Amino acid sequence: MSEPVIVFDKVTKIFPLYHHMTGGLKNFLFHLPKAWNTLKNSKFEALRDVSFTVAKGEALGIIGRNGAGKSTTLGLMAGVLKPSEGKVVVKGRISPFLELGASFHPDLTGAENIILNGVLLGMTRSQVRKKADEIIEFSEIGDFIDQPIRIYSSGMLARLGFSVVAHLDPDILLIDEILQAGDIEFQKKCFQRMWEFRKSGVTMVLVTHSMENVKTLCDRVIWFDQRTVRMDGNPQDVVALYRSSAGIGP
Amino acid sequence: MRKKIQYYLDLIIVLTHKELKVRYKSSFLGYLWSIAQPLCLAFVFFLAFKIVMRVQIEDYTLFLIAGLFPWQWFANSLGSSPLAFLNNVSIIKKVNFPRTVIPLTVILQDAFHFLLSIPVIVLFLFIYGKSPSPSWIYILPLLMVIQFFMIFGFSLLLSSVNLFFRDLERMASILLTLLFYFTPILYPETMVPQNFQPLLKFNPVAPIMMSWRNLFLTGAVNPGDIFVSLLYALAALVLGYRVYRSLSWRFAEIL
Repeated sequence: MSEPVIVFDKVTKIFPLYHHMTGGLKNFLFHLPKAWNTLKNSKFEALRDVSFTVAKGEALGIIGRNGAGKSTTLGLMAGVLKPSEGKVVVKGRISPFLELGASFHPDLTGAENIILNGVLLGMTRSQVRKKADEIIEFSEIGDFIDQPIRIYSSGMLARLGFSVVAHLDPDILLIDEILQAGDIEFQKKCFQRMWEFRKSGVTMVLVTHSMENVKTLCDRVIWFDQRTVRMDGNPQDVVALYRSSAGIGP
Repeated sequence: MRKKIQYYLDLIIVLTHKELKVRYKSSFLGYLWSIAQPLCLAFVFFLAFKIVMRVQIEDYTLFLIAGLFPWQWFANSLGSSPLAFLNNVSIIKKVNFPRTVIPLTVILQDAFHFLLSIPVIVLFLFIYGKSPSPSWIYILPLLMVIQFFMIFGFSLLLSSVNLFFRDLERMASILLTLLFYFTPILYPETMVPQNFQPLLKFNPVAPIMMSWRNLFLTGAVNPGDIFVSLLYALAALVLGYRVYRSLSWRFAEIL
Protein backbone atom coordinates (compact mmCIF):
# COMPACT_ATOMS: atom_id res chain seq x y z
CA MET A 1 0.00 0.00 0.00
CA SER A 2 1.45 3.36 -0.99
CA GLU A 3 1.54 6.42 1.22
CA PRO A 4 -1.76 8.04 2.22
CA VAL A 5 -2.55 11.39 0.60
CA ILE A 6 -5.73 12.08 2.52
CA VAL A 7 -5.95 11.37 6.22
CA PHE A 8 -9.03 11.87 8.39
CA ASP A 9 -8.10 11.39 12.01
CA LYS A 10 -11.09 11.25 14.38
CA VAL A 11 -12.78 14.10 12.59
CA THR A 12 -15.89 15.67 14.04
CA LYS A 13 -17.58 18.56 12.33
CA ILE A 14 -20.15 20.64 14.13
CA PHE A 15 -21.94 23.47 12.41
CA PRO A 16 -23.28 26.24 14.54
CA LEU A 17 -26.77 27.22 13.44
CA TYR A 18 -27.00 30.88 12.78
CA HIS A 19 -30.75 31.19 12.60
CA HIS A 20 -30.96 33.31 15.76
CA MET A 21 -30.12 36.34 13.69
CA THR A 22 -33.09 35.88 11.45
CA GLY A 23 -35.67 36.24 14.21
CA GLY A 24 -34.84 39.90 14.37
CA LEU A 25 -33.67 42.12 17.16
CA LYS A 26 -37.10 42.61 18.73
CA ASN A 27 -37.65 38.91 19.14
CA PHE A 28 -34.17 38.45 20.43
CA LEU A 29 -34.45 41.15 23.09
CA PHE A 30 -37.93 40.23 24.28
CA HIS A 31 -36.98 36.62 24.86
CA LEU A 32 -33.43 37.28 25.91
CA PRO A 33 -32.70 34.31 28.22
CA LYS A 34 -34.32 31.86 25.87
CA ALA A 35 -32.72 33.40 22.81
CA TRP A 36 -29.33 33.33 24.47
CA ASN A 37 -29.70 29.66 25.26
CA THR A 38 -30.64 28.68 21.75
CA LEU A 39 -27.79 30.78 20.50
CA LYS A 40 -25.36 28.78 22.57
CA ASN A 41 -26.90 25.38 22.04
CA SER A 42 -28.12 25.39 18.48
CA LYS A 43 -25.54 23.23 16.85
CA PHE A 44 -25.70 20.66 14.20
CA GLU A 45 -23.36 17.73 14.07
CA ALA A 46 -22.51 16.73 10.52
CA LEU A 47 -19.72 14.23 11.15
CA ARG A 48 -18.82 12.32 14.28
CA ASP A 49 -15.43 10.78 14.94
CA VAL A 50 -14.67 9.81 11.36
CA SER A 51 -11.33 8.24 10.54
CA PHE A 52 -10.06 6.90 7.26
CA THR A 53 -7.17 7.31 4.86
CA VAL A 54 -6.98 7.42 1.10
CA ALA A 55 -3.83 6.08 -0.54
CA LYS A 56 -2.15 7.71 -3.49
CA GLY A 57 -3.77 6.68 -6.76
CA GLU A 58 -6.79 5.18 -5.08
CA ALA A 59 -10.31 5.80 -6.37
CA LEU A 60 -12.60 6.13 -3.42
CA GLY A 61 -16.36 6.20 -3.68
CA ILE A 62 -18.48 7.81 -0.99
CA ILE A 63 -22.10 6.77 -0.71
CA GLY A 64 -24.85 7.27 1.80
CA ARG A 65 -28.26 8.81 2.25
CA ASN A 66 -28.91 12.53 1.96
CA GLY A 67 -27.54 14.34 4.98
CA ALA A 68 -25.22 11.53 5.99
CA GLY A 69 -22.17 13.80 5.81
CA LYS A 70 -20.85 13.19 2.31
CA SER A 71 -20.63 16.79 1.17
CA THR A 72 -19.20 17.90 4.50
CA THR A 73 -16.46 15.33 3.99
CA LEU A 74 -15.70 16.75 0.56
CA GLY A 75 -15.69 20.29 1.98
CA LEU A 76 -13.16 19.24 4.60
CA MET A 77 -10.97 17.64 1.95
CA ALA A 78 -11.15 20.70 -0.27
CA GLY A 79 -10.09 22.84 2.66
CA VAL A 80 -13.10 25.14 2.66
CA LEU A 81 -14.24 23.74 5.99
CA LYS A 82 -12.22 23.19 9.13
CA PRO A 83 -12.85 20.20 11.41
CA SER A 84 -14.25 20.99 14.86
CA GLU A 85 -12.25 18.16 16.36
CA GLY A 86 -9.65 15.83 14.95
CA LYS A 87 -7.33 16.38 12.05
CA VAL A 88 -7.58 16.43 8.28
CA VAL A 89 -4.36 16.13 6.29
CA VAL A 90 -4.31 16.46 2.53
CA LYS A 91 -1.12 16.19 0.51
CA GLY A 92 -0.90 17.47 -3.03
CA ARG A 93 -2.82 19.77 -5.31
CA ILE A 94 -6.50 19.24 -4.95
CA SER A 95 -9.11 20.04 -7.56
CA PRO A 96 -12.69 20.24 -6.49
CA PHE A 97 -15.17 19.51 -9.17
CA LEU A 98 -17.48 22.47 -9.27
CA GLU A 99 -21.16 21.92 -9.48
CA LEU A 100 -22.23 22.55 -13.02
CA GLY A 101 -21.06 26.01 -13.82
CA ALA A 102 -20.97 27.18 -10.23
CA SER A 103 -18.40 29.76 -11.13
CA PHE A 104 -19.59 30.43 -14.64
CA HIS A 105 -20.93 33.84 -15.42
CA PRO A 106 -23.96 33.86 -17.72
CA ASP A 107 -22.98 36.98 -19.65
CA LEU A 108 -19.50 35.84 -20.56
CA THR A 109 -18.83 33.66 -23.57
CA GLY A 110 -17.86 30.02 -23.26
CA ALA A 111 -14.24 30.83 -24.06
CA GLU A 112 -14.09 33.56 -21.41
CA ASN A 113 -15.66 31.28 -18.87
CA ILE A 114 -13.01 28.64 -19.56
CA ILE A 115 -10.30 31.10 -18.53
CA LEU A 116 -12.25 32.25 -15.48
CA ASN A 117 -13.01 28.73 -14.33
CA GLY A 118 -9.54 27.40 -15.04
CA VAL A 119 -7.91 30.09 -12.93
CA LEU A 120 -10.40 29.66 -10.10
CA LEU A 121 -9.58 25.97 -10.10
CA GLY A 122 -5.92 26.61 -9.66
CA MET A 123 -4.29 27.09 -13.05
CA THR A 124 -2.42 30.22 -14.03
CA ARG A 125 -3.69 32.24 -16.97
CA SER A 126 -0.95 31.11 -19.31
CA GLN A 127 -1.63 27.47 -18.45
CA VAL A 128 -5.31 27.87 -19.25
CA ARG A 129 -4.60 29.69 -22.48
CA LYS A 130 -2.27 26.94 -23.61
CA LYS A 131 -4.98 24.37 -23.01
CA ALA A 132 -7.91 26.47 -24.20
CA ASP A 133 -8.07 24.96 -27.68
CA GLU A 134 -7.94 21.46 -26.29
CA ILE A 135 -10.69 22.26 -23.81
CA ILE A 136 -12.91 23.77 -26.50
CA GLU A 137 -12.38 20.79 -28.73
CA PHE A 138 -13.10 18.35 -25.93
CA SER A 139 -16.36 20.13 -25.10
CA GLU A 140 -17.61 19.80 -28.71
CA ILE A 141 -19.52 23.02 -28.29
CA GLY A 142 -18.38 24.33 -31.65
CA ASP A 143 -19.31 27.85 -32.70
CA PHE A 144 -21.31 28.41 -29.55
CA ILE A 145 -18.03 28.87 -27.70
CA ASP A 146 -18.11 32.58 -28.59
CA GLN A 147 -21.67 33.07 -27.41
CA PRO A 148 -22.63 34.08 -23.89
CA ILE A 149 -23.36 30.94 -21.93
CA ARG A 150 -26.78 32.10 -20.80
CA ILE A 151 -28.05 30.80 -24.14
CA TYR A 152 -26.45 27.38 -23.59
CA SER A 153 -28.55 24.35 -22.85
CA SER A 154 -27.89 22.63 -19.54
CA GLY A 155 -26.17 19.82 -21.38
CA MET A 156 -23.79 22.25 -23.04
CA LEU A 157 -23.02 23.87 -19.69
CA ALA A 158 -22.22 20.47 -18.26
CA ARG A 159 -19.91 19.76 -21.15
CA LEU A 160 -18.10 23.02 -20.68
CA GLY A 161 -17.74 22.47 -16.94
CA PHE A 162 -16.42 18.96 -17.32
CA SER A 163 -14.07 19.92 -20.12
CA VAL A 164 -12.31 22.47 -17.93
CA VAL A 165 -11.86 20.00 -15.11
CA ALA A 166 -10.76 17.30 -17.53
CA HIS A 167 -7.75 19.41 -18.44
CA LEU A 168 -6.62 20.29 -14.98
CA ASP A 169 -3.51 18.68 -13.65
CA PRO A 170 -4.44 17.71 -10.09
CA ASP A 171 -3.00 15.22 -7.64
CA ILE A 172 -6.38 14.68 -6.06
CA LEU A 173 -9.72 15.07 -7.80
CA LEU A 174 -12.93 15.57 -5.86
CA ILE A 175 -16.10 14.82 -7.72
CA ASP A 176 -19.50 15.60 -6.35
CA GLU A 177 -22.32 13.97 -8.28
CA ILE A 178 -21.84 15.33 -11.74
CA LEU A 179 -21.26 12.38 -13.98
CA GLN A 180 -24.88 12.25 -14.97
CA ALA A 181 -24.46 15.38 -17.06
CA GLY A 182 -24.60 15.48 -20.80
CA ASP A 183 -25.82 12.93 -23.30
CA ILE A 184 -24.74 9.29 -23.44
CA GLU A 185 -21.93 9.98 -25.81
CA PHE A 186 -20.45 12.71 -23.69
CA GLN A 187 -20.86 10.63 -20.56
CA LYS A 188 -18.82 7.94 -22.20
CA LYS A 189 -16.15 10.49 -22.94
CA CYS A 190 -16.24 11.62 -19.31
CA PHE A 191 -15.70 8.08 -18.13
CA GLN A 192 -12.82 7.60 -20.49
CA ARG A 193 -11.24 10.74 -19.15
CA MET A 194 -11.75 9.56 -15.59
CA TRP A 195 -10.00 6.33 -16.45
CA GLU A 196 -7.10 8.25 -17.91
CA PHE A 197 -6.86 10.22 -14.68
CA ARG A 198 -6.82 6.99 -12.76
CA LYS A 199 -4.17 5.44 -14.93
CA SER A 200 -1.94 8.48 -14.57
CA GLY A 201 -2.01 8.03 -10.80
CA VAL A 202 -4.49 10.75 -9.81
CA THR A 203 -6.27 10.06 -6.54
CA MET A 204 -10.02 10.35 -6.88
CA VAL A 205 -12.82 10.84 -4.42
CA LEU A 206 -16.24 10.40 -5.91
CA VAL A 207 -19.48 11.24 -4.14
CA THR A 208 -22.44 9.80 -5.95
CA HIS A 209 -25.82 8.17 -5.73
CA SER A 210 -25.20 6.11 -8.82
CA MET A 211 -24.20 2.62 -7.71
CA GLU A 212 -23.17 1.80 -11.26
CA ASN A 213 -20.57 4.56 -11.27
CA VAL A 214 -19.28 3.42 -7.91
CA LYS A 215 -18.86 -0.13 -9.11
CA THR A 216 -17.16 0.74 -12.40
CA LEU A 217 -14.89 3.57 -11.26
CA CYS A 218 -13.96 2.96 -7.65
CA ASP A 219 -11.72 0.41 -6.05
CA ARG A 220 -12.93 1.18 -2.55
CA VAL A 221 -16.16 2.53 -1.11
CA ILE A 222 -17.04 4.20 2.16
CA TRP A 223 -20.66 4.21 3.23
CA PHE A 224 -21.64 7.09 5.46
CA ASP A 225 -24.61 6.64 7.72
CA GLN A 226 -25.77 8.74 10.65
CA ARG A 227 -22.71 10.99 10.45
CA THR A 228 -20.19 8.20 10.77
CA VAL A 229 -18.57 5.56 8.63
CA ARG A 230 -20.89 2.58 8.50
CA MET A 231 -18.80 0.46 6.21
CA ASP A 232 -15.51 0.70 4.39
CA GLY A 233 -14.55 -1.92 1.86
CA ASN A 234 -14.64 -3.13 -1.71
CA PRO A 235 -17.41 -1.73 -3.94
CA GLN A 236 -19.32 -4.98 -4.50
CA ASP A 237 -19.82 -5.73 -0.80
CA VAL A 238 -20.55 -2.20 0.34
CA VAL A 239 -23.01 -1.49 -2.45
CA ALA A 240 -24.80 -4.76 -1.87
CA LEU A 241 -25.30 -4.06 1.83
CA TYR A 242 -26.22 -0.42 1.20
CA ARG A 243 -28.86 -1.52 -1.26
CA SER A 244 -30.36 -4.12 1.00
CA SER A 245 -30.46 -1.66 3.91
CA ALA A 246 -32.42 0.73 1.70
CA GLY A 247 -34.81 -2.10 0.87
CA ILE A 248 -33.74 -2.35 -2.75
CA GLY A 249 -32.69 -5.69 -4.15
CA PRO A 250 -29.08 -6.30 -5.07
CA MET B 1 6.12 31.49 -3.19
CA ARG B 2 6.59 33.18 -6.53
CA LYS B 3 4.07 30.85 -8.04
CA LYS B 4 1.61 31.74 -5.32
CA ILE B 5 1.94 35.45 -6.01
CA GLN B 6 1.60 34.84 -9.73
CA TYR B 7 -1.54 32.85 -9.07
CA TYR B 8 -2.96 35.54 -6.79
CA LEU B 9 -2.32 38.17 -9.46
CA ASP B 10 -3.89 36.00 -12.14
CA LEU B 11 -6.98 35.54 -10.00
CA ILE B 12 -7.30 39.28 -9.52
CA ILE B 13 -6.81 40.00 -13.21
CA VAL B 14 -9.30 37.41 -14.35
CA LEU B 15 -11.97 38.39 -11.83
CA THR B 16 -11.58 42.13 -12.43
CA HIS B 17 -11.67 41.56 -16.14
CA LYS B 18 -14.85 39.57 -15.69
CA GLU B 19 -16.52 42.31 -13.62
CA LEU B 20 -15.62 45.02 -16.11
CA LYS B 21 -16.74 42.98 -19.04
CA VAL B 22 -20.02 42.02 -17.47
CA ARG B 23 -20.67 45.59 -16.51
CA TYR B 24 -20.21 46.95 -20.00
CA LYS B 25 -21.36 44.10 -22.11
CA SER B 26 -25.07 44.69 -22.08
CA SER B 27 -25.16 48.46 -21.84
CA PHE B 28 -25.00 50.63 -24.91
CA LEU B 29 -23.59 53.75 -23.28
CA GLY B 30 -21.08 51.77 -21.22
CA TYR B 31 -18.45 54.07 -19.78
CA LEU B 32 -20.75 57.11 -19.77
CA TRP B 33 -22.79 55.57 -16.99
CA SER B 34 -19.89 55.57 -14.58
CA ILE B 35 -19.51 59.34 -14.91
CA ALA B 36 -23.23 60.06 -15.22
CA GLN B 37 -23.92 59.52 -11.55
CA PRO B 38 -21.34 61.86 -10.02
CA LEU B 39 -22.13 64.45 -12.71
CA CYS B 40 -25.81 64.27 -11.92
CA LEU B 41 -25.09 64.59 -8.20
CA ALA B 42 -22.91 67.60 -8.88
CA PHE B 43 -25.74 69.15 -10.88
CA VAL B 44 -28.26 68.59 -8.08
CA PHE B 45 -26.00 70.08 -5.43
CA PHE B 46 -25.21 73.00 -7.74
CA LEU B 47 -28.93 73.70 -8.11
CA ALA B 48 -29.61 73.43 -4.41
CA PHE B 49 -26.65 75.29 -2.98
CA LYS B 50 -25.56 77.72 -5.67
CA ILE B 51 -28.79 78.65 -7.43
CA VAL B 52 -31.30 78.33 -4.60
CA MET B 53 -29.32 78.92 -1.44
CA ARG B 54 -26.65 81.09 -3.07
CA VAL B 55 -23.69 79.78 -1.18
CA GLN B 56 -20.60 81.94 -1.70
CA ILE B 57 -18.08 79.45 -3.00
CA GLU B 58 -16.00 80.24 -6.01
CA ASP B 59 -16.34 77.98 -9.08
CA TYR B 60 -18.78 75.82 -7.20
CA THR B 61 -19.39 73.30 -10.02
CA LEU B 62 -15.70 72.59 -10.38
CA PHE B 63 -15.40 72.46 -6.61
CA LEU B 64 -18.16 69.87 -6.41
CA ILE B 65 -16.81 67.68 -9.18
CA ALA B 66 -13.30 67.65 -7.73
CA GLY B 67 -14.71 66.30 -4.48
CA LEU B 68 -17.51 64.08 -5.72
CA PHE B 69 -15.54 61.92 -8.16
CA PRO B 70 -13.09 60.53 -5.59
CA TRP B 71 -15.94 60.18 -3.10
CA GLN B 72 -17.90 58.09 -5.58
CA TRP B 73 -15.06 55.59 -5.76
CA PHE B 74 -15.06 55.31 -1.99
CA ALA B 75 -18.85 55.12 -1.68
CA ASN B 76 -19.41 52.69 -4.56
CA SER B 77 -16.76 50.26 -3.37
CA LEU B 78 -17.89 50.30 0.23
CA GLY B 79 -21.55 50.29 -0.73
CA SER B 80 -21.15 47.01 -2.58
CA SER B 81 -18.65 45.44 -0.19
CA PRO B 82 -21.18 43.95 2.30
CA LEU B 83 -22.47 41.77 -0.53
CA ALA B 84 -19.07 40.90 -1.97
CA PHE B 85 -18.84 37.44 -0.41
CA LEU B 86 -22.58 36.83 -0.43
CA ASN B 87 -22.64 37.20 -4.20
CA ASN B 88 -20.04 34.49 -4.61
CA VAL B 89 -21.51 31.77 -2.44
CA SER B 90 -21.08 28.96 -4.93
CA ILE B 91 -17.35 29.35 -5.40
CA ILE B 92 -16.60 30.06 -1.74
CA LYS B 93 -18.30 26.84 -0.75
CA LYS B 94 -16.39 24.73 -3.23
CA VAL B 95 -12.96 26.14 -3.90
CA ASN B 96 -10.29 27.06 -1.42
CA PHE B 97 -8.80 30.19 -2.96
CA PRO B 98 -7.72 33.39 -1.20
CA ARG B 99 -11.02 35.11 -0.56
CA THR B 100 -9.46 38.53 -0.27
CA VAL B 101 -9.46 38.69 -4.07
CA ILE B 102 -13.23 39.14 -4.11
CA PRO B 103 -13.44 42.51 -2.33
CA LEU B 104 -10.19 43.44 -4.03
CA THR B 105 -11.68 43.09 -7.50
CA VAL B 106 -14.66 45.23 -6.53
CA ILE B 107 -12.33 48.03 -5.46
CA LEU B 108 -10.09 47.69 -8.50
CA GLN B 109 -13.08 47.95 -10.74
CA ASP B 110 -14.25 51.17 -9.10
CA ALA B 111 -10.68 52.50 -9.09
CA PHE B 112 -10.60 51.91 -12.82
CA HIS B 113 -13.78 53.92 -13.28
CA PHE B 114 -12.39 56.70 -11.16
CA LEU B 115 -9.31 56.85 -13.38
CA LEU B 116 -11.52 57.03 -16.42
CA SER B 117 -13.44 59.93 -14.89
CA ILE B 118 -10.35 62.10 -14.39
CA PRO B 119 -10.53 63.47 -17.96
CA VAL B 120 -13.92 64.89 -17.02
CA ILE B 121 -12.32 66.78 -14.15
CA VAL B 122 -9.66 68.06 -16.54
CA LEU B 123 -12.36 69.19 -18.92
CA PHE B 124 -14.05 71.21 -16.18
CA LEU B 125 -10.71 72.70 -15.16
CA PHE B 126 -10.30 74.01 -18.68
CA ILE B 127 -13.85 75.34 -18.72
CA TYR B 128 -13.01 77.36 -15.64
CA GLY B 129 -9.80 78.60 -17.20
CA LYS B 130 -7.48 76.42 -15.15
CA SER B 131 -5.25 73.52 -16.07
CA PRO B 132 -3.89 70.36 -14.43
CA SER B 133 -0.73 70.80 -12.44
CA PRO B 134 2.44 68.76 -13.10
CA SER B 135 2.38 67.71 -9.45
CA TRP B 136 -0.49 65.37 -10.33
CA ILE B 137 2.07 62.96 -11.73
CA TYR B 138 3.36 61.94 -8.31
CA ILE B 139 0.60 63.02 -5.92
CA LEU B 140 -2.25 61.37 -7.81
CA PRO B 141 -0.80 57.85 -7.64
CA LEU B 142 0.07 58.40 -3.99
CA LEU B 143 -3.48 59.40 -3.11
CA MET B 144 -4.82 56.49 -5.12
CA VAL B 145 -2.70 54.01 -3.20
CA ILE B 146 -3.72 55.49 0.14
CA GLN B 147 -7.39 55.51 -0.74
CA PHE B 148 -7.10 52.01 -2.17
CA PHE B 149 -5.73 50.58 1.09
CA MET B 150 -8.24 52.49 3.15
CA ILE B 151 -11.14 51.10 1.11
CA PHE B 152 -9.63 47.63 1.14
CA GLY B 153 -9.43 47.64 4.92
CA PHE B 154 -12.97 48.87 5.46
CA SER B 155 -14.29 46.57 2.80
CA LEU B 156 -12.69 43.46 4.31
CA LEU B 157 -14.33 44.43 7.58
CA LEU B 158 -17.77 45.02 6.08
CA SER B 159 -17.79 42.02 3.75
CA SER B 160 -16.67 39.59 6.48
CA VAL B 161 -18.85 40.82 9.31
CA ASN B 162 -21.93 41.12 7.13
CA LEU B 163 -21.97 37.33 6.68
CA PHE B 164 -22.59 36.93 10.39
CA PHE B 165 -24.58 40.07 11.02
CA ARG B 166 -26.72 40.86 8.02
CA ASP B 167 -28.09 44.09 9.48
CA LEU B 168 -24.73 45.58 8.63
CA GLU B 169 -25.57 46.04 4.96
CA ARG B 170 -28.45 48.38 5.91
CA MET B 171 -26.31 50.18 8.43
CA ALA B 172 -23.51 50.59 5.92
CA SER B 173 -25.62 52.56 3.48
CA ILE B 174 -26.86 54.88 6.24
CA LEU B 175 -23.34 55.33 7.56
CA LEU B 176 -22.09 56.19 4.09
CA THR B 177 -24.76 58.87 3.72
CA LEU B 178 -23.85 60.33 7.11
CA LEU B 179 -20.18 60.20 6.30
CA PHE B 180 -20.78 62.02 3.05
CA TYR B 181 -22.34 65.04 4.77
CA PHE B 182 -19.79 65.01 7.59
CA THR B 183 -16.95 65.16 5.10
CA PRO B 184 -15.99 68.46 3.48
CA ILE B 185 -17.14 67.63 -0.05
CA LEU B 186 -20.12 69.92 -0.54
CA TYR B 187 -18.43 72.61 1.51
CA PRO B 188 -14.82 73.62 2.15
CA GLU B 189 -13.37 72.68 5.52
CA THR B 190 -12.92 76.39 6.27
CA MET B 191 -16.69 76.84 6.42
CA VAL B 192 -16.99 74.39 9.32
CA PRO B 193 -17.58 76.43 12.52
CA GLN B 194 -14.58 76.79 14.80
CA ASN B 195 -15.91 74.61 17.62
CA PHE B 196 -16.66 71.73 15.24
CA GLN B 197 -13.30 71.90 13.46
CA PRO B 198 -11.54 69.43 15.80
CA LEU B 199 -14.22 66.84 15.01
CA LEU B 200 -13.01 66.70 11.41
CA LYS B 201 -9.90 64.94 12.67
CA PHE B 202 -12.02 61.97 13.72
CA ASN B 203 -13.43 61.50 10.26
CA PRO B 204 -11.12 58.98 8.58
CA VAL B 205 -12.05 60.05 5.06
CA ALA B 206 -11.97 63.83 5.57
CA PRO B 207 -8.20 64.29 5.05
CA ILE B 208 -8.04 62.17 1.91
CA MET B 209 -11.09 63.83 0.35
CA MET B 210 -9.69 67.27 1.15
CA SER B 211 -6.40 66.25 -0.41
CA TRP B 212 -8.09 65.10 -3.60
CA ARG B 213 -9.93 68.37 -4.00
CA ASN B 214 -6.90 70.47 -3.25
CA LEU B 215 -4.90 68.47 -5.72
CA PHE B 216 -7.43 68.86 -8.51
CA LEU B 217 -8.13 72.55 -7.88
CA THR B 218 -4.69 73.88 -6.97
CA GLY B 219 -2.17 71.12 -7.62
CA ALA B 220 -0.95 71.38 -4.03
CA VAL B 221 -1.84 69.26 -1.03
CA ASN B 222 -1.26 69.60 2.66
CA PRO B 223 1.40 67.02 3.68
CA GLY B 224 -0.24 66.76 7.11
CA ASP B 225 -3.50 65.61 5.49
CA ILE B 226 -1.68 62.98 3.49
CA PHE B 227 0.11 61.71 6.56
CA VAL B 228 -3.12 61.46 8.57
CA SER B 229 -4.91 59.66 5.71
CA LEU B 230 -2.04 57.23 5.48
CA LEU B 231 -2.37 56.46 9.19
CA TYR B 232 -6.12 55.96 8.84
CA ALA B 233 -5.58 53.73 5.80
CA LEU B 234 -3.09 51.54 7.64
CA ALA B 235 -5.36 51.32 10.67
CA ALA B 236 -8.29 50.31 8.46
CA LEU B 237 -6.16 47.72 6.70
CA VAL B 238 -4.90 46.15 9.93
CA LEU B 239 -8.35 46.11 11.49
CA GLY B 240 -10.06 44.79 8.35
CA TYR B 241 -7.49 42.10 7.75
CA ARG B 242 -7.54 40.89 11.33
CA VAL B 243 -11.31 40.60 11.35
CA TYR B 244 -11.19 38.85 8.00
CA ARG B 245 -8.54 36.42 9.26
CA SER B 246 -10.50 35.49 12.33
CA LEU B 247 -13.75 34.94 10.44
CA SER B 248 -12.72 33.64 7.03
CA TRP B 249 -12.46 29.97 8.00
CA ARG B 250 -16.15 30.04 8.86
CA PHE B 251 -17.33 31.57 5.58
CA ALA B 252 -18.12 28.24 3.97
CA GLU B 253 -20.18 27.03 6.92
CA ILE B 254 -22.36 30.08 7.23
CA LEU B 255 -23.08 30.69 3.56
